[in-house]
Formats: sequence, structure tokens, C-alpha cells
Amino acid sequence: MNKTWLIIQREFLIRVQKKSFLIATILVPLIFPAIIGVFGYIVYKEEQSAKPKIVYVLDETGRFNFESSSRFNMVKEAPPLDSAKKRYQKTDDFALLYIPQSNIENPTGITIYTKENQSMERIGSIERMISDQVKDFKMEKYNVEKEALKDIRSTSVDVKTINLTDTGEEKSSNSAIFYGLGLTLGVLIYMFVLIYGIQIMQGVIDEKTSKIVEVIVSSVKPFQLMLGKIIGIASVGLLQFLIWIVLITALSTAMLSYFGLQMPQKQMMEQVTQNADDEVREAIEKQGTGKAQEFLNNMGEIPFGKIAFVFVFYFLGGYLLYGALFAAVGSAVESLQESQQFQFPVTMPLLIGYLGLFTFVLRDPNGPVSFWLSIIPFTSPVAMVGRIAFDVPTWQLILSMALLVVGFIFTTWLAGRIYRVGILMTGTKVNYKVLAKWFMQKG
Amino acid sequence: MEALIARGVTKRYTAHTALDNVDITIPEKTIYGLLGPNGAGKTTFIRIVNQIINRDSGEIKIFGEPLQEKHVGLIGYLPEERGLYKKMNVGEQLLYLAQLKGLSRKEALDRSKKWLQKFEISDWWNKKVEDLSKGMAQKVQFISTVLHEPRLIILDEPFSGFDPVNAQLITEKILELKENGSTIIFSTHRMETVESLCDHIAMINKSKKVLEGSKKDVKESYRSNTFVVEHKGALSLTGTSFQATGQKALGENYFETLISANGIGSPNQLLSELVSRTEVYRFEQKLPTMAEIFISLVKGEGDEALRKHLQEA
Repeated sequence: MNKTWLIIQREFLIRVQKKSFLIATILVPLIFPAIIGVFGYIVYKEEQSAKPKIVYVLDETGRFNFESSSRFNMVKEAPPLDSAKKRYQKTDDFALLYIPQSNIENPTGITIYTKENQSMERIGSIERMISDQVKDFKMEKYNVEKEALKDIRSTSVDVKTINLTDTGEEKSSNSAIFYGLGLTLGVLIYMFVLIYGIQIMQGVIDEKTSKIVEVIVSSVKPFQLMLGKIIGIASVGLLQFLIWIVLITALSTAMLSYFGLQMPQKQMMEQVTQNADDEVREAIEKQGTGKAQEFLNNMGEIPFGKIAFVFVFYFLGGYLLYGALFAAVGSAVESLQESQQFQFPVTMPLLIGYLGLFTFVLRDPNGPVSFWLSIIPFTSPVAMVGRIAFDVPTWQLILSMALLVVGFIFTTWLAGRIYRVGILMTGTKVNYKVLAKWFMQKG
Repeated sequence: MEALIARGVTKRYTAHTALDNVDITIPEKTIYGLLGPNGAGKTTFIRIVNQIINRDSGEIKIFGEPLQEKHVGLIGYLPEERGLYKKMNVGEQLLYLAQLKGLSRKEALDRSKKWLQKFEISDWWNKKVEDLSKGMAQKVQFISTVLHEPRLIILDEPFSGFDPVNAQLITEKILELKENGSTIIFSTHRMETVESLCDHIAMINKSKKVLEGSKKDVKESYRSNTFVVEHKGALSLTGTSFQATGQKALGENYFETLISANGIGSPNQLLSELVSRTEVYRFEQKLPTMAEIFISLVKGEGDEALRKHLQEA
């Protein structure tokens, strides 16, 4: 065991001391805050420099009454249209809105003249302004009171979802959060297993081709060497992962709070709601705080401790299960290119789990396919963490975990038998028959 | 005491038998040559002693004890296919390998410094192996093999890849290690190494041991009772129990004659016969070289054939 510890130490230290580790560990978490920072900066700059766009309004009906806002400065224009167009063309302004004489309850022929192709969003805003006014005209026609109108407009129904558990306990559920959580965790495990599994394979190939392996196995058992390598590389991955979480959290928080100060929440809210009428905006704001409150409540109800535990368990379990197989592949070949043919069947079930995460697990976490994907050890690391936020029955979780433990013991045993023979074999043409022979071979 | 005793060691694979009932006895503090052509089973035997692979049957005792896992620290092994971690520096590499053999970090540090000094390469400590030349890397590898002061050192083709100067250096170190009480096993098919260094030899051919003993005894047993005489003037052996089997002229009236004793006459008898018949310049009993023994055994000829072959040579 002492010797396995030496191997773990070496595998860990040589990787952690590499420049590439340092660069990857520091750069990757910088990418996210950098993206947030850049976008934040652009939006901020744009908002700062944005002046209200001037829209000339030629209203032949004389009934429309547009108010200027922070986005649009509405300027009345006199008919006829031809001269208005000519005047507009001499300016650099945003648009000319032409409302011809027609039935104001069902206006036709309304036209917006612009200089160049304008954003759909801005045109849409103007359209909404027109249709809001038309709605008002209709309401008046049907003698709907202004007050009633305001009340009707501000209608917004919020449906709260509550899971009734077997024990009758009530739990709020928020599918969007669970979906996001499941997706992130599942993809993380998939990437971790793949990236570090290939590192194990590369390490084994290096030892085999540099011929150091025969010296090493004259001191330690091949199985100790394999295990030491797998665990050593796992520690590298965990360390890197930990640093990433800390850095990403710290930097993102810093970045958000910096731009958050520059752009107060109210202003952000305005951006979202400025197209709506005041009363609607008010309602949305009220709702918004309600929603945010509910979101926070739901966050509080998510068992983060349990999810973290399950995540780490499947993270390590999945890694160990596949890591051993990657080690076996590495022992059988003499170069990365050669490893392709054996890599495929190893990564296949992992890929099935990954695709299953998107097609079944996140959409229907308690369906039969999701169930089986999260029970079978080869797919469960990705599938189960995808399900876990949606509250998995305890018996399923225990069964899946137990099977995963059995699974990685099995793959480690299987891989160990191939590995001990493979690492000493050079110049052999390896196919599956040869692998089977190695597996059957006595010590 | 014997450094290593192997009895009936057998290793079978599905398609072939790598070692068939091999007995080997290696006396302590000797240099023992393990000879045999490629694929004879030498490496299999060495790997079994190193516990890299397991034997199917047979017993192995090392310094009197049945071979177990704890004995890996007693053995230093230099495989034929050399290799070190390319990206690791020399110092770390030596420390790591020595610790795997059971040394504490401090012991490993002291000894690797001492050995680098011995080879006058102390300034290599921080060099990466990939930056070393092949010969330099071989030196480091040799040090890593003997660093933990193993009582049994197994060297598989130790001189391959060394230039004559470094080969000489390594030879000196090997002899020094023997002086200090280590037992050394050479696996080789270089007969000049065997002639100059080995005290004992065993030969493995087609997974069976075909020969074992001290080098002197082996040569003696393959002695063909053939003599080489350089002499001046004609030589006739009629009327003696000796028989000339070949003659070539070396100069004017100056010959080298091969004489067979036919298994009866002693060297002294022959000499006295010769003195009265010719003028003797050189008289030598012809002993087979290891190369000759090796080749004839590998070619599958019996002992008789070997003697005959040597008589005619």
C-alpha cells in the first residue's frame, strides 16, 4: 500500500507541476467571467451612449397620440407624405411613421420608412405602441372604463408547482432550476471522465513505450501501478475542479457586482419592461420580485448537501469505472492512434449516457428509460446526476450506487488482468481475441 | 549459501512452454552467466525471479528463503529494454525508483548523490532524461538498478548500447559490486562477456536447461583432448598412441599440427614424444571457447558431435 502511495504521489506531482496544468487551471475559469465581463461592458457602453431615437409621425387620422420615452422621441410631422419623406431623408434620424387615413379600429396601410434595415426589436416596439393605441380605441368604443382596462391589462397568473411526496410532505418544485442543475452536473461528469480517462490511457502508453514499466513492475505489482495511476490522476482532476469552482465563483461574483453597481437593478428592469405600459410594468415588477422571492425559496428547498454528495460519488465512481478501462486500452497499444479502435467501445456507453441525459433524463426524469440509464453502472454516473435534482426515490439511488461500486470493482478487475499482460507486450498485433487471451492468461 | 535455487520451474502459455522444468543453482558472490539464444526462455526466467510473472510450478529459494513479495528489495533488475521516465529529472527519478524498492526518502537521497558522484555526473541531478544522450541515460539506469544495494543483481544484456569506454566503466563497477558481496546474474548471448566475467554459467535452449556449472568445469568437460603444436621440421607420430588430425604450414619448414590423444595419452606423454621428434615452439591443450560450446549446443548437436566438431576445428 505504501508503494501505491508513492505512485499516487508521483502521478499527482508530475501533472500538477506542469506548466500546462497551471495554464489550464487558471485560464479556464477566467473564460467565463471574461465573457460576462465583455458582454456586460458592451451592453453598458451601448446603454450609456444610447440617445432616444427620433421617429417622425405623420398621422393623417389625427387620433394617435404617442408619448416620447427614453427609447423613442416621437416628433409630429405635417402632411403631405412626399414632402415629409424628403425632409426625413435629409436627416440621420431613425424612422418616419406614416399612418394613412383609415378606420382607426382596423387601420391599414401603416408604413415605417427607415434608412437601413433596422432591428426587428425596435420595429416591434413601435408596432406594439400602435396596437396598444388601437386597443384603447376599441375599448372606448365598447365603453370599457379606463380603470377596468388597467386592471385587465395587469392580469398575470402565476402557477406554483408542488410535489406531494410519499410522506405527504409538500415540496416546491422548480423544473427549470432542476433542469439546469441536472444538465450542468451531467455534462461535467461526462467531460471529466473522458478527459481524465484519456490522460490515464496516455500515461500508460508512455510508460509502456518508454520501457520503464518493466523496472517498475519488478518493484510493485502491475495492479498497484494501475491503481496508483488512476487515483493519482483523479486527485489532479479533483484539485483542478476545486480550483475552478473557487475561481469561477469568486471572479463571476466580482464581475457581476462591478457591473451591477454601474447598472442598478432598476435600470436593468427598465430595459426589460420599457416597452410595456406603466401599469403593466408595475405589475411585472411586483411579479418579478415575487418570482425572485419564490426562486430563492425554491433554491433554499433544493437539498444541496445531498446533491453535492451524490455528485462527488458518481464523479469518482464513474471515473474509476472508466479509468480502469482506459488503462487497459493503454496497456494494449503502443500509440494514441493505435488506441482508437479500442477507445470506441469504451467511450460508447459513456456517450449513450450523455445523449440519454438530453433525450430522456432531463425531459422525463422518472420515465423508464431514465430509470434504466441511471441504474446501469456504465451510464448511471451521467444519468443519475441528471436526475438527482428531480428527487430520485431512495431505493433507486441506493441500488444505482451499489451497482456502480460493483461495476467499478468489476471493470478494475477486468482491466487489471489485461493490463498486467499488456504492459509487457510489445510488437504484438493486438485484436479483441488477443485481449481475451491475455485476460484468461494465468499470472 | 546459494543466492538463488530454482527447482523444476515451469511456465506454460497457451501456445508454447516458455520454461520446462528448469533447475538452476546460483552460488553467492559470483557472476553467473545465463546464456541462450533469443526466445530460449531467459527473460521468462528472469521475470519469474523478479515476480513480474508467476511460475506455473516449481520452487524458487532466494538466500535460503522461498521467494516472496518482500524480496523485491533484495533484487536489482536491469531489463534488456531500458527505459526511464523521459519528462522526469535524473534526481527525482533515482529517488522514486529507490523508494519503490523500499528505501526511505533520506536513504535514497544520500545514496543517489553518492552514486552520481561515483560516476562523476553529480551535475545531472536536475537534467531531464529526454535531454540526456543514450549512453548517459544508460548510466542513470545502471545507477537506478544498484542504488538500493541489492544482494542479487540481474543484468539483461548490460553492455548493449554502451561504447567501449563506458562498457569498461560498467565492468569495473560490476566487479566492485561483486567484491562487496553482491551476486550478479548476466543474461547475455555475448560470449566475450561470458569468457571474461562469468564464474558460473547455465545455458537455456528451447525452454530447457541444457548446461550448468562453473565456467572452468564446463570447459573441462568439453575438453576434446586435442592439442595444438607449433613446431619446426616434419613430425611423424607413427608408433605412438597419438594421431595428427590436421596440419597447416605457417612458414618454411614451420607447421601447426592438431594432435588428438584418442582419449588415452596424457599431455606429458605427448610432450615427451614430441620433444624427441621435432623442435617444439608452442604446445597448448585446445579448450573449447564458450562460443563454440554455445553454437554447437544450440544447433542441437549432442556432446559427441561437439567433441568431434572441436577435434576437426
